[in-house]
Amino acid sequence: MDTFLFILFATISVVCAFNLVLQTHPISSALSLIGVMGSLAVLYLLLGAEFIAMAQMIVYGGAVMVLFIFVIMLLNAGAEKSGGKSWFAQILGLPLLSAFVAVLAFIIRMVLPATSPVQFGSWVGGTAADVGKAIFTTYLLPFEIISVLILIALLGAVVLAKKEIE
Amino acid sequence: MHGVPISWYLALSVVLFGLGVAGFVYRKSVITVFMSIELMLNAVNLSFIAFSYQLQRIDGHIYTFFVMVVAAAEAAVGLAIILTIFKNRGTLQIDEVDSLKN
Repeated sequence: MDTFLFILFATISVVCAFNLVLQTHPISSALSLIGVMGSLAVLYLLLGAEFIAMAQMIVYGGAVMVLFIFVIMLLNAGAEKSGGKSWFAQILGLPLLSAFVAVLAFIIRMVLPATSPVQFGSWVGGTAADVGKAIFTTYLLPFEIISVLILIALLGAVVLAKKEIE
Repeated sequence: MHGVPISWYLALSVVLFGLGVAGFVYRKSVITVFMSIELMLNAVNLSFIAFSYQLQRIDGHIYTFFVMVVAAAEAAVGLAIILTIFKNRGTLQIDEVDSLKN
């Protein structure tokens, strides 16, 4: 069952990611990105990360994607024009990218020791209580700093969206 | 019940990251480029969670949480910048925004 769920949702996420890159219209890309985020939330749940799975759905699948789709609708963004790519990207892009992915896969294969398979429910340390305990004890200072960061981002977004550049 | 090894999750993370890089490099629409960045962040989050499971520690979850918060802040500011670009230039094509070139 674990294997089946992993393969199903990994396939969905890879297909949606391909669709994101290949579609020319931004709204299709945005819908594919929602598919990627939803299937990644299921994979987080398989890895025992309950809180992060819910946060993924609410923050990414909800808030961030609503923002994206709102901007696409607001700007009435149409399909992008093709062409005008540099010769460097056209000739060397795909080989370089494949080499990058192959090197990373090789490193994973070499460095990682042989591990026991992932079993759903074999580690239950990722509940909201555990995450909350870690945030408010070990990671209290970063948590407070990040709240200031998000306030600055909020103010910055408002100022940028209001400003008229002459 | 047999699961998959942790390296499969890392391989999926690598594939998603590679697709994010491809979208970042090849696409011309500013919004799609921005979504590719979000895809790369998600791929890194997946590897954080996988390592957290492997080491049986909560730290990876906290890092993922912080990445999510930063990504949300980045999305808000980035989309405001895109809005400003569109208001001032009337285009969303990334190669038409080339003031620094000349």
